[in-house]
Amino acid sequence: MAVLNINGLSYVADAPADTRLLWVIREHLRLTGTKFGCGMGLCGACTVHLDGEAVRSCQIELADAEGSRITTIEGLDPKGQHPVQQAWSELQVPQCGYCQSGQMMNAAAFLDSNPTPSDSEILDAMQGNLCRCITYVRIKKGVRRASEIMGA
Amino acid sequence: MTKFDKNLKGITRREMLVGSAVAGTGLVVGYSGLSSVGGGAREALAAGTFDHQVFLTMDASGTATVHITKAEIGQHVGTALAQAVAEELEVDWNDVRIDYPDTAEKWGFMITGGSWSVNWTFDRNSRIGASARIALVEAGAKLMGVPAAQCSASNSVVSDNVSGASKTYSEILSTTTIDRTFTEEEMKGLTLKKFGEYKVVGKDIPALDIPDKITGVARYGIDVFVPNMVYGRLVTNPTRFGAVPLSADDSAAKSIDGYAGVAVIKEDPTGVNTGYVVAMGETYWAAEKAAAAMKVTWDSGPNANTSSADIVQAAKDSIADEAQGFTWVLEGDPEGAMSKADTIVEAEYETSLGYHGLMEPINCVAAESNGIWHLYTGSQFQGRFTAMTAAALGVDAKNVVLHQQYCGTGFGRRLEPDGAVISALAAQQIGRPVKLIYTREHDLSFDFHQTHTVQKVKAGVNAAGKIDSMSHVVASGWATKRMAPGFLAESVDKKGKIDQFSTNGSDHWYDIPNHYVRSVENTTAMAATPPGQLRAVAPTWTWWANESFIDEVAHKIGKDPLDMRLSMLSATGKNAGTPPNTVGGANRLRNALVVAAGKAGYGVKPMPANTAMGIAAVASQERGSPSWTSVVAEVHVDPSSGEPTLKKITVAMDVGTAVNPNGVLAQIEGSALFGSSRVLHENVTMTNGSIDQQNFDTWTPIRIHQAPEVDVTIIQNGHYPAGCGEPVVTCVGPAIANAIFNASGARVRSWPITAEKIKAAQKGA
Repeated sequence: MAVLNINGLSYVADAPADTRLLWVIREHLRLTGTKFGCGMGLCGACTVHLDGEAVRSCQIELADAEGSRITTIEGLDPKGQHPVQQAWSELQVPQCGYCQSGQMMNAAAFLDSNPTPSDSEILDAMQGNLCRCITYVRIKKGVRRASEIMGA
Repeated sequence: MTKFDKNLKGITRREMLVGSAVAGTGLVVGYSGLSSVGGGAREALAAGTFDHQVFLTMDASGTATVHITKAEIGQHVGTALAQAVAEELEVDWNDVRIDYPDTAEKWGFMITGGSWSVNWTFDRNSRIGASARIALVEAGAKLMGVPAAQCSASNSVVSDNVSGASKTYSEILSTTTIDRTFTEEEMKGLTLKKFGEYKVVGKDIPALDIPDKITGVARYGIDVFVPNMVYGRLVTNPTRFGAVPLSADDSAAKSIDGYAGVAVIKEDPTGVNTGYVVAMGETYWAAEKAAAAMKVTWDSGPNANTSSADIVQAAKDSIADEAQGFTWVLEGDPEGAMSKADTIVEAEYETSLGYHGLMEPINCVAAESNGIWHLYTGSQFQGRFTAMTAAALGVDAKNVVLHQQYCGTGFGRRLEPDGAVISALAAQQIGRPVKLIYTREHDLSFDFHQTHTVQKVKAGVNAAGKIDSMSHVVASGWATKRMAPGFLAESVDKKGKIDQFSTNGSDHWYDIPNHYVRSVENTTAMAATPPGQLRAVAPTWTWWANESFIDEVAHKIGKDPLDMRLSMLSATGKNAGTPPNTVGGANRLRNALVVAAGKAGYGVKPMPANTAMGIAAVASQERGSPSWTSVVAEVHVDPSSGEPTLKKITVAMDVGTAVNPNGVLAQIEGSALFGSSRVLHENVTMTNGSIDQQNFDTWTPIRIHQAPEVDVTIIQNGHYPAGCGEPVVTCVGPAIANAIFNASGARVRSWPITAEKIKAAQKGA
């Protein structure tokens, strides 16, 4: 039994301590915006924030997430209007959309630490997130646009 | 092609009914169930017998819901299809909704692929919108007591053009009864708007599926829950295809908290595979641990000794044996012309096994309730899913319903019902609903991969420097033969059936008077690596060979590759084109080449050292439904390591009419990078019957920092809309290979193109 703080709410999860946080979030607590992609931390589809840091939830054991502040796509912004979400909507970034929760969570944490990044810093920060519709042209523009919205 | 023509007509020999059951309840637009039914829509609706193929429903508030029988795999298809309806319906776009119905016979053939969706339905959907508008105008005129002829509709309002009085769609639909039948002739005779008159078509309308994908609430197959379900996880078969589980010992699994049992499936009449072991748990984590603890004894089956080299060898042997395969193209006297040629050029091209790599791994929830089997998953071929699941379960297909979900992309992978079949069989054995989720490793190993191909191309060039004769042999797995044998085509020599979807693209638009194409099934590939359809399908490999080869011929005879292409696109004879899809013929391909070359500065722009452009042009997806496409790739090749770096891709694509230009642009951007990834970054190989690559550490698609600049020009000329999701995939590869040759002198003829192959080709050159 573990108590998790997700998006400002307390959740009780009845799962073994070594269960990966991804499965607890998705399948036990049914916050399904966080996606399974590879189970090895290679694709970024499962990215959530742990105390503000972007992490791969498929690599975090439940026991290690207790006591941390967890944010998922559902809690990124109360109205779904985080600057990254605004930029993603304005530029029509998603195609199938499956990887985009992870992309946006990664971009949001990155911009939090580096609000006015260079192009190469954007590429460095986003290269751990795979997209198979290969929306990279718009993801690149989206991070840049979100940075502008944050600065405005 | 017959299938295509049939669908293009759109409106069948049935009447279109536009009606409401009782006054004030909106309207429904659908085909009548039978030819010339006596009563109209109202009668059928009132009697409860209106169970027809419904395309559009409007409620009393004026909200129009367009029913989308396609899969949302990232192409925002629902938005584009609704735009065609809305244009003629003259409805306020804010009143437009879409939904994705569950499977039922009345929806007809439900398939998403081939860049067909808009191309096959644009005319039909326009006429559906127009028929509903006419019914609304007539009803509105009646309410106002004026002749319909003096009324028109715009923005959800019917106006009397004489008095200026008006009635909104909502006012009409909430008060009157609509009962209008359109005969087949009437439907065909409707006057539709033309390019230049559109208000909704051609606009960058934001995709209707995007808002939910930004907030995390969009529901994909993997996000479905049903009461009392268990999680299913495959225990890995020792080979891709053909293994059978002899027994499963779950004594160790039993000690796992939450273990829910094991399904051992020793045969599957549908041939999705030959056997499965599914470990089940009350949680995903328990199922995963149970699978690891399961001790299974397998018969590895007939493919346990097959490796990639065997597949390649089988292809080469079948090409060498002229008795194998069937003729797909035969024009003029290819052999006679070849014997008189001044110069012969010959080359052999290969493409590697391809993995779909869907970010959402294959999954399905299968649940039985009161004799009905419910499947919850994303599907590109709903009827195939329900029919094959029914066959596997031994139940009537009418008792299987698929509930369509958003797809974490498709690329043809979701034409295959393995997730549905296996989850249903497991659910049947355990007597509880099963949510099956493939691991990435299973998704990669048990993909229906794009077939490995070998192609041999030969040209005879005459003294004037023109290609007079061309022969092209394609050896591949025949996906169509495995998954939809009814779609096999008669060969031109009438000697047998051919997989047109493994061969097309070789029937290109160049003026070559003597042309021969032979298609051969690689039976070794068929057995060991059951081939599926992967985005852009055969044109991925046929144009790879064609367009690499045209450059090779040009270089051999000292011509510029662009000039050579332009000189062969006269748009005469069979290449003149016919309305609606290919009007303009090869002229449109020539124009695309000129636009891409001009935009990129091909042959003009100064290039840094060891950097060059390469060009290619394709008319994909099919000869009957091409998007005329040209790509210029700019590539740098490191002179010491041979490492290729793709700097820029310039695309020009003639789609006729872009229904949603920003959506078309998104498809082109994505497909340009998809094609690049396939050629430069992806590889799948087989050793002893199983796939070598297991996850994103060994199968390594393009990442954002490797993506080149993409410059896109969409050419619109008002011709009929062509598909846009696939053609660029087929054009990028040869453009890259041609650029690499121009930059380094290395001609690489197989995928993936690597630094090692470039260095080897330089040494050999």
